[in-house]
This record gives sequence, C-alpha cells and structure tokens, in this order.
Amino acid sequence: MAEIRNYTINFGPQHPAAHGVLRLVLELSGEVVERADPHIGLLHRGTEKLAETRTWVQSVPYMDRLDYVSMMCNEHAYCLAIERLIGVEVPERGQYIRVMFDEITRILNHLLAIGTHALDIGAMTMVLYTFREREDLMDAYEAVSGARMHAAYYRPGGVYRDLPDQMPQYEASKWKNAETVRQLNENRQGSLLDFLEDFTNRFPKYCDDYETLLTDNRIWKQRTVGIGVVTPEQAKAWGFTGAMLRGSGVAWDLRKKQPYEVYDRLDFDIPVGKEGDCYDRYLVRMEEMRQSNHIIKQCIAWLRKNPGPVITGNHKVAPPSREAMKSNMEELIHHFKLFSEGMHVPEGEVYAAIEHPKGEFGVYAVSDGANKPYRLKLRSPGFAHLAAMDAMAKGHLLADVVAIIGTMDIVFGDVDR
Amino acid sequence: MEALLEPIASLFGAAWPAVWTLAKIVAIIAPLMIAVAYLTYFERKIIGYMQVRIGPNRVGPLGLLQPIADGVKLLLKEVLVPSATSKGLFILGPILAIAPSLAAWAVVPFWDGGVLADVDAGLLFILAITSLEVYGVIIAGWASNSKYPFLGTMRAAAQMVSYELAMGFALICVLMISASLNLSEIVRVQGQGQFADMGLGFLSWNWLPLFPMFVVYLISGIAETNRAPFDVVEGESEIVAGHMVEYSGMTFALFFLAEYANMWLVSILTAILFLGGWLSPVGFLPDGFHWLAIKTSMVVLMFLWARATFPRFRYDHIMRLGWKVFLPVTLFWVLVVAVWIMSPLSIWN
Repeated sequence: MAEIRNYTINFGPQHPAAHGVLRLVLELSGEVVERADPHIGLLHRGTEKLAETRTWVQSVPYMDRLDYVSMMCNEHAYCLAIERLIGVEVPERGQYIRVMFDEITRILNHLLAIGTHALDIGAMTMVLYTFREREDLMDAYEAVSGARMHAAYYRPGGVYRDLPDQMPQYEASKWKNAETVRQLNENRQGSLLDFLEDFTNRFPKYCDDYETLLTDNRIWKQRTVGIGVVTPEQAKAWGFTGAMLRGSGVAWDLRKKQPYEVYDRLDFDIPVGKEGDCYDRYLVRMEEMRQSNHIIKQCIAWLRKNPGPVITGNHKVAPPSREAMKSNMEELIHHFKLFSEGMHVPEGEVYAAIEHPKGEFGVYAVSDGANKPYRLKLRSPGFAHLAAMDAMAKGHLLADVVAIIGTMDIVFGDVDR
Repeated sequence: MEALLEPIASLFGAAWPAVWTLAKIVAIIAPLMIAVAYLTYFERKIIGYMQVRIGPNRVGPLGLLQPIADGVKLLLKEVLVPSATSKGLFILGPILAIAPSLAAWAVVPFWDGGVLADVDAGLLFILAITSLEVYGVIIAGWASNSKYPFLGTMRAAAQMVSYELAMGFALICVLMISASLNLSEIVRVQGQGQFADMGLGFLSWNWLPLFPMFVVYLISGIAETNRAPFDVVEGESEIVAGHMVEYSGMTFALFFLAEYANMWLVSILTAILFLGGWLSPVGFLPDGFHWLAIKTSMVVLMFLWARATFPRFRYDHIMRLGWKVFLPVTLFWVLVVAVWIMSPLSIWN
C-alpha cells in the first residue's frame, strides 16, 4: 500500500490573502488543515533597536510604521510612555484631540479590517465601500498633520499643533471638472471639526449599508459562524486583546479598565461577543465603529467650546512657538537643544499601554537618563493573535484559514515590528 | 439568398458545403469573440459602478479599447511552460477548455431558423459538449504539477459534475413540456399557450410554470461557469487562481475566454429555454434576434450583479447545496411536472 502523506502547501508570503507578508505553512489532509505554521519576520525592520540610536522624539515616526493602518494609536502609546517617565501633563484640549484621533484611527482600522475580511471571504464590494469612508478620515489625518498615513502628529506633551480652521480643497484637473470639484468640496468649506461632524452624521448610515451587505447574508454567516472559535479561557491564555478578546465575551477594554486621557469622561459602551467565532468578532468590530463615532461626536462638541493649548508649555519637552523662538534668547536655546540634542528623559522604566484598534498596544521603555531610550520594547496585539493560528485553524478547511486571517486583523508591520 | 450565392457556390464546386459552413462558423465565432472581449469591459465597468468607482477609462474613449489592449498584451506575452509540467497536457488543457465552449454554439438558434446545425438532439448535444469542459480544467491542473492548481482541479472536478446533475434535471423538465430536444422547437413551443394567444407572450414562457427550475438552472449556471459566488475553483483569496496559476500569456487567455464564452452560453441558453428565446414578450411587437440579445444581456447582468454582491461559498457548502438542495428539488419537480402534464390541468396540449 502506498504511503499516505499530508499535503504541505506554502500559503504566502506572495498570496492574495496573506495580508502583506504572512507565510503560513499548511499541512493539509485533503482540504482540511492539520497544522498551520505561521512564519513571521518578513517585515521585520528592527524598530526597537533603531529607537535606541535615535532621540526620543525622532522615534515617533517609526511608531507610525508599526501598525500602518492605525498610525496615531501607535504614536499615542509611545508618547504616553515618555510622558509618564518625565511626568509631564498634557493640556486637556490636547487630550481630547488625541482621543478624537484615536477613535478616528479605530474607525480607519476597523473599516480596513472588515473590508479586507469580507474581501478574503469573497465579498469584494465591501472593501471598496469601506475605502470610500476611509478616504474622508484620511483627509482628516492630512488636514491635521499634512500626511495621510504616517502622521507623526502626537508628540510627547500633547499634539504637534491645533486643529486647522480650514480643510484642504480639491482642485479642478483634467479628470475632475469644476462641477465634480464643487461637489467634492461641499463638506470641506468649514473647519476640520465641521468636516468631521458631517462625517459622524453620515457614518451610521454607512454602517447600516455594510450590515445590509453582510450581517444577515446567508453565505457570510455560513462562512463565519462557528469558524475559528475561541473560548474566553483560551483567549485569555493566549494573550488576546481587543476585538479578538471581546468577541469571546470578555469585557476587557483599557479605555474602561485603565482609563487614560479623557476616556473616563466620555460616554461609550464596550460591545462583547458570545460565541467567540469570526461572526461575533465581525459584529464587535461593527459596533465598535458606531461607538467610536459616538465618542468622536462628544469630542467635537467639547473641542468646539474649549479652545486652549494643545501641547505642554514645558519647553524642555515641547518646542516653543516659532514666534517666541525668533524673539527670545531663552526660547531659542530651548529650540536649539530640543532639535539637536533632544530631551533628556529621567532614569526609570515604564510600561504604557493603550486600547489600540487591534488590542492592547504597549510600550515598555527603559531610560538611563540620556537623550535616547536605553531599551524599547513594543507589545503588539497582532503577534499574540497570530500565535494562535495553529489552534484556531486546526480542523477547518483551507477556505476558513483565509477567514481566520481576516478576523485576526493581522498587519505585518505590527507583528514583525 | 440562394440565387445570389449560386455563382460563388459553383466556383467551389463540391467543396461548397464545407466552405459555406466555415463561413457560417466564422459568422458566429467572430461576433462571439467580440462579445466576450466586451463582456470583460462591461463587467469591469458595471461592477465598477456598483463599487463606487469608475472602471477602465484610459484606453480609448470611455476606455472602450481596453479589451483590445488586454488582448494584445496577452498575445504578446510569453507562454511559459514550467519545467516540471507535463508539456503536452499543459498545452492541451486550455485548448480543451475553450473548444467545447465554442462548439456548443453550433446548435444555438439566434432567430427562427438562424442556427448553424438545426439538429433534433440539440439540448443533448449542449449537455454533452459542456460536460467536456471540466476536462480542460482537470488536465490543466494536473499537468501543472503544482499544488494550488491541483487543489483547484479537485474542486473543479467535484463542483462541475455536481451542478451538471441539477442542471440536467432542470433541463429534463423543459424537454418534457416541449416534447423536443431541438432548441428551436423549444422556443416555438413557448410561443404557444393561453397567454400567448392573449398577446402576453412572456407569461407563456417556461420560466413561469417551471419557476423553481428556472432559479435552479440560473444558479447552477453560475456554478457551472465558476463565477462568483461559486468561484472556489479559482478562488482568488484561497487558492490564488486555481488551475490557472502556472499559465501565462495566451494559454491563460484561453481559459479566460472560455469562462466568458461560457457565461454567454449559459445566459443565452437560459434565454432560450426559459425566457422564450427570440420571441417577443408582447403580441404587438415583432419577434427577432434583438429580443434574444436583450434577454441574454439581462441574464449576464445577473451574473455580474451576483459577483458584486455575494461573498464566496465555501467548497463544502457548494457541494451541500448541489447535492442536498438542488438535486432533491429538481427530482421532485420533475415528478410534479410529469404528473402535471398527464393530468387534466395540463397547459401544454
């Protein structure tokens, strides 16, 4: 009798559903997965080591490039760590802006997660719908920081600058005539806050649209219900966080459990799943987007009423205004020192974690009192999730592996760092 | 017409029937190929609009030359034959895929009498020929000697065979009430009946009395042509492109052409078998090819619409749908129709 062997295939790194550079070595028996072995490291850029050779502020843009679909949240954890080490206070307006952009980022991330999850499962229209909304939020990023992705907007001590009073406008071109441009610019006439308010009013309708496409769709349910089930115990044991944990019914959210910035003053709910399958995690993400939308609304209302500084006035941490720098010797010295030597962070170590869209994103920083971190350790949520790949995929079909990758919301910048 | 062709016919002498048939074949295949090319364009445009984007709009006015550009690109690309393949079969695969999808058009009637081969067993011919298509896929996947194509092939073999059964039973219902296997005859039968006499021809077509079969046929048609949401054979996000992974240039293009030619074929058959072919929906408008074209296009549009809307089925769910839902439903309906025909309530006398 011939020897029966399992069929081993290389799923990625060049694969449409590999979410970047996931290399998954699958052992198949027919189409049933016997073993799923994720190989990582293809996007490793040594961020932690690089940070040791840069001043504290210079590493902020590296944080953008970790999980490159939730840029500002990464920055947030890093800035929080530095602030805790120095003991600097962020002005309230700065905190509200941070929270608002954290939630914008959460929507950005979840839109991509749900869009690509649906695309992996074959509903390709979803991804284009979600990208339509991402476009608006990217514009908000652009308006506030000048960059659509790698914003580098959060700084130790606050945010780089206040919200702009006007939105960038589209201009007529060969492909866009005056009428199209007028329509595109219609909701961009006011300030960034006006633009975002308009978005928050439209967004629930968009969520309903997505839900009509997916939530009650029989095929979607067949593909997600009961797939990749994680019990609450398993989820905790594997170190799951974020939607992956809440999908299993554990109501753990750092925004509620260890409130940072102004989250304790805002009204929002934590959605949890029941079964811990892909479908529940999809529903959790859907509801989180609605909740984020609600938080953004509250932030907009507060920010409209309360002008003020957005970054700390401590010029050992944050640069002085350009005007002051030009007219005042002391400010000039601060400016020069900050942009050449950088700030010195007191000796000590700190762990700062935030509720990143994907889960708990933590920064563990050790300072020896120099202008550079002595050691920086990043705790990325995706890494823990991906580690459960084998356990989640075992016994499922090849097509379910794709659904599981989608539901994990893997981004390789985040996993490999 | 005959008189007009007389001098040319005498020029060819005994070879004339062959020449004339060849000319007719070209007259069918050439427009078909154009239709296939532009189906890719319309698919991209229509799905584009469904997905809030524009679709191709750079090559030529409104992007109308896009299919030509695609065709030229594929023609000029090198046909790579990986060294581990079985060379002969590797080339034979795509040929076997496209040949049946073109051959089936021989018996398709475009208008009353407008058919290349008006054979009595037309429906049987279609079933036989389209069954061969799966060999192209199987041979391609096997000859590629590669893992993803092999998975695609296994899926194709199971899926196409399963849905052929459901499709076959749906067609049995049609031929029972038409009492003919001749496609032209099937259309003519649909032009008779109580509603047709009242001038409401579209209510006399087979889709109404055979509605469940119509739905089954339509869905099986999508499954037969491996279109979304049944596109597990090439399942982009799962097995990349299934049996087409190792193919490039024209060999790949042949699979592609076959898929789109099959879409047209399944659509035109739906129009002929269930939607009255070239018959006009209402009494006061003349019959003609344009009706068939409109109906076929509507069915093709359904294909595209489904693709833009639904997630992909999982392979085992497709099997379940085929064997546990469609097969019993069609078997049962065959029985219902049989009893209906023999009963005094029959509307087909």
